[in-house]
Amino acid sequence: MTEQLTTIGLNHYLTISAFLLGFGLFAVITRKNAIVVLMGVELILNAANINFLAFSKFNGGMEGVMFALFVIVIAAAEAAIALAIVINIYKIFKSVDVSSIDSLKE
Amino acid sequence: MSNPTYTVIFYLFAAITVCSAAFVVFTRNVIYSAFSLLFTFFGAAALYVFLSADFIAVTQVVVYVGGILVLLLFGVMFTNSIMKVQKSEVINIIPGTLLLVGMIGAMLYTFYTTHGWMPSETLLQGSIVERIGFETMSRYVLPFEMVSILLLAALIGAAFLARFDKSSK
Repeated sequence: MTEQLTTIGLNHYLTISAFLLGFGLFAVITRKNAIVVLMGVELILNAANINFLAFSKFNGGMEGVMFALFVIVIAAAEAAIALAIVINIYKIFKSVDVSSIDSLKE
Repeated sequence: MSNPTYTVIFYLFAAITVCSAAFVVFTRNVIYSAFSLLFTFFGAAALYVFLSADFIAVTQVVVYVGGILVLLLFGVMFTNSIMKVQKSEVINIIPGTLLLVGMIGAMLYTFYTTHGWMPSETLLQGSIVERIGFETMSRYVLPFEMVSILLLAALIGAAFLARFDKSSK
């Protein structure tokens, strides 16, 4: 047991990643502010990146590293577009509350 | 790998990452969430160094901390007045908590009760900058070019969406 705690293995990284994924999902589900929802999405992407790099390290290949690089690029694009949409929503609805944006509802 | 200093530093950065991520989610003040996210990103970058992905760690600091976090802060400042403290309200607290506890519990149970991981004999060692260069220009040259076009399109689209529109006023 102590040996498992002191030797950093794959499970340690997977545990951190599981916590980040859980917290990110919690933010996405429970928050009404659109910007905090975006922060939750960023936490989920970071959790995925830690998993990719951990499996890449312990597999010895470069696939996970390259995938993590592309994930970071796409996260940057996603954040820029999402912030632009949030600012537009704020201009129209005067709020960034995701549950108040329901003008498509009857 | 079982060097005690290494282990202590790993646990330190793991604690920073997880605790600041929890603070991002559980604090009610949007500004505090944004600044706590800074520590999460730095902690994740440190973990990438432990995973011998130094280039990814530097990219994480430059792109996330220098780009995405600044964008998020601008978003917070555009949409709230900075003087009045903006609390973000909470909905779906019961299903959210159930999902949080259930998912983390199920994943940890699976990780620690199955002993199926078989690490390869040749782990990634040392710096990987040179190998990333080779891979980008050989196996991953098509995704690399596609992602550059995607970034260009996303940046033009974001600038178009967020611009100040005179005719609508």
